[in-house]
Amino acid sequence: MADQISALEIKDITKQFPGVLANDKVSLNLKKGEIHALLGENGAGKTTLMNMVYGLYHPDHGQIFVNGQEAHIKEPTDAINLGIGMVHQHFMLIPVFTVAENIVLGNETIKGLQLDRRAASQRIRELSQQFGLEIDPNAMTGELPVGVQQRVEIIKALYRHCNVLILDEPTAVLTPQEADDLFRIMRELTQRGVSIIFISHKLKEVLAIADRITVLRGGRVVGETTPQTSDEHSLAAMMVGREVLLTVEKEKAQPKEVVLHVEGLRVKDKREHEAVAGVMLEVRAGEVLGIAGVQGNGQTELVEALTGLTHSFGGKMILAGQDVTNATPRRLVDAGIAHVPEDRHQFGMIKSYPIADNMILNTYHQEPYARRRTMNNKAIEEHAKRLVAQYDVRTPSVYTKGEALSGGNQQKMVVAREFSRPIKLLIAAQPTRGLDVGSIEFIHKRIIEQRDAGAAVLLVSAELDEVMSVSDRIAVMYRGKIIATVEAKTATREQLGLLMAGITPEQVAQK
Amino acid sequence: MTTQALPLAQPQTSFWSRLGNARRYIMIATVIGILLLITVLIGRVENTVADIVASFIATTITFATPLTLGALSGLYCERSGVVNIAIEGMMLGSCFFGFIAAGYFKGLGLPDQTALWLGVLIAMFSGLLFAALHAVLSIRFKVNQIISGTVINILAVGLTGYLNRQLFFQQGAHQLQSAGTLSRMPIPLLSDLPLIGGVFNQPPITYLALILVIVTQFVIFKTVWGLRTRAVGEHPRAADTVGINVYKMRYANVLIGGAIAGLAGAFFTLQSVGAFEPGMTAGRGFIALAALIFGNWSPVGAFAAALLFASAQAFQINLQFYSALVPPELDFLKKSQIVGMLPYVLTMVALTGIVGRTTAPAEDGIPYEKGE
Ligand SMILES: Nc1ncnc2c1ncn2[C@@H]1O[C@H](COP(=O)(O)OP(=O)(O)OP(=O)(O)O)[C@@H](O)[C@H]1O
Ligand SMILES: [Mg+2]
Repeated sequence: MADQISALEIKDITKQFPGVLANDKVSLNLKKGEIHALLGENGAGKTTLMNMVYGLYHPDHGQIFVNGQEAHIKEPTDAINLGIGMVHQHFMLIPVFTVAENIVLGNETIKGLQLDRRAASQRIRELSQQFGLEIDPNAMTGELPVGVQQRVEIIKALYRHCNVLILDEPTAVLTPQEADDLFRIMRELTQRGVSIIFISHKLKEVLAIADRITVLRGGRVVGETTPQTSDEHSLAAMMVGREVLLTVEKEKAQPKEVVLHVEGLRVKDKREHEAVAGVMLEVRAGEVLGIAGVQGNGQTELVEALTGLTHSFGGKMILAGQDVTNATPRRLVDAGIAHVPEDRHQFGMIKSYPIADNMILNTYHQEPYARRRTMNNKAIEEHAKRLVAQYDVRTPSVYTKGEALSGGNQQKMVVAREFSRPIKLLIAAQPTRGLDVGSIEFIHKRIIEQRDAGAAVLLVSAELDEVMSVSDRIAVMYRGKIIATVEAKTATREQLGLLMAGITPEQVAQK
Repeated sequence: MTTQALPLAQPQTSFWSRLGNARRYIMIATVIGILLLITVLIGRVENTVADIVASFIATTITFATPLTLGALSGLYCERSGVVNIAIEGMMLGSCFFGFIAAGYFKGLGLPDQTALWLGVLIAMFSGLLFAALHAVLSIRFKVNQIISGTVINILAVGLTGYLNRQLFFQQGAHQLQSAGTLSRMPIPLLSDLPLIGGVFNQPPITYLALILVIVTQFVIFKTVWGLRTRAVGEHPRAADTVGINVYKMRYANVLIGGAIAGLAGAFFTLQSVGAFEPGMTAGRGFIALAALIFGNWSPVGAFAAALLFASAQAFQINLQFYSALVPPELDFLKKSQIVGMLPYVLTMVALTGIVGRTTAPAEDGIPYEKGE
């Protein structure tokens, strides 16, 4: 029977990296028109497997079948010709190209000697209407929000007539609204016969949208299941191999003296717009203040100003009684600020440095890592080994380059560095983005530990669940201002949702 | 329910910063204008203003030729992601081989102009060979591209110097005849225009340079080739994932750049001087590189920058010419060392980024590593 043939079948694929067996006899069967979720811890080998299907890596052993035929995929071109499209974990878009240029690149149509831009825009508009993917072909890609950039990636695949679409952690960087939009699009696509492999760490999403679920652990398939026969707890346990706490356990906060006092802070974004328009906030020792808000309401700029990465042009920042407005990052670090940045590749780590060096990026100039002007490599190595063990960073050695780690392990490396010295104030922006449930549990515990040890914590997150479960108080940021602060205990999703849309209780009352 | 929109602050930007790219052209035009004005003020005692302006413009175009070609050479390389600091060496090497070839063909009895044209082809071919070396070192063997470029620059100096001695100054070396220089090709009507007529009364390599500016502008921004070239220079992995062969694109562009550097080399021996002297490119390749950067990696921008640097040279030549007329209070202008520095000083000022920042292709100079 025709529909018994799988759109894509992976059989016994094995892939060895230096020191890591990334895939060990992995098999996976994608039926036509289904959404197949691929779950697994950070470093379980999900991206590696998909990169082999797409021709970016080559398997050591094993076979791949497309529509029942064995396929030899040597290059991405082969995959494209077989109707396979992939949206990568880190987008493959050229920021200085227009949307249309990014989409047609490699499959251009020409008119005379020139690129036929008109035909391209036309085709893109058709696709965008057909699948309900709103897009402006002439927009500059780098200036678009991530959610829209992702749409560009999907249209890029559709433009090449893909029947199999691989989405590698597509929701990690999306706001809840953007994610809902993506799910609508995914359903639309499957209606039209596209089969989808969906990688995600968010179990709720997976349960809501997948037809079937395959779970990887340590490079092996540990099971296949369906949303009907599993729940968050069973999936988490399957992934991690033990029971995972999905909620944060913490005592009531014991707030003490004010550590961070911010008054009337104003910051411009890269395009010179006022992104932070007079923010007022206070964080006390021993409490977690969560900042909720739809992405792009000034949270990024607020964090950059508080950590010295950008200058504010108005207002004050006072840390433990000292005015540190527009102080240098070095001074802020020395004054006891730890920062888990939102964009770990840009601000959190140096990709080409080994883990050991990444672990001392903020303390390299201090004893014992520096002895006068030379580095103490022994101390650096010991420090890194201790942190790697303590924070469960999965790596063959502390001299592995940062970029060779899986996304989740890079994040653990950053967290380990920031949490491993005495701090007064912890600023964590999207600290669990892209992490698996086990690691999320782990990092939430560490944050609460810091709180209980007397640090003030400022947590910025686009995940409402995270803000609600970790914070003691929640401030909602809207259009560059804190429009309300509520107790986390009593806050509801609905209340926060309204606030995040800019609707204050007074306005609701007026209605 | 309505959400109340808080007014967002307007960006505070000055008029000057809003001009963006136009700022660069305004500044270039201003500096050229000032240099021209000084020349006119000094020279008008003995000449008509129209004559001075016309000769200044013609000289500027001539000096701009190798700079423009050099910058275009670098443009193809760097847009595809390969840094090319070897423009100087490629120019020097090819100006030597082009000259030898032209003399050789003349020796075979070919007419001078034919021999010169064949010399131009050989010059381009030798530029291409130097580029092939740079390409293999930096793309295949992933050698640091600054080092690879430096190697080629040193190699060109050594090789041309050595061969020059062997061929011309050794006992019993046979005397190679010069085929002279490519002759001017006045364009009817246009060359009779007042003031700018000199632009249309130039030898062929200058015309080729002007045509190549337009062609390159079209190729880079309007064609499939240009789109792919820019893609591999900005984000090679992204290009790879849509099936573009990053290595092939880089090789091809570096080779094209080499041939253009060869044409720039031919300018010196076959169009301008008609003889070879060791080191005769005199840093023009590096000024061309500066023009490329100052022109923000765009052909037209690089051409404008080349005009700026060339006008400084034209200014210097004019001052020497009028040196008897320089008023005593401007005596320092007679010191040729001071004015001679002008093109280099302007180059440095241009590169400080005072006039708007320029952005290199994102992956310029970074070798591409494919996965296994
Ligand atoms: N190019 C590479 N060279 C060496 N090791 C690699 C390379 N790419 C991945 N690895 C290793 O292979 C393992 C699997 O990595 P992979 O990126 O596939 O994980 P993942 O399941 O996608 O994790 P995440 O959820 O964090 O994205 C990891 O241990 C990683 O360190
Ligand atoms: Mg991954």
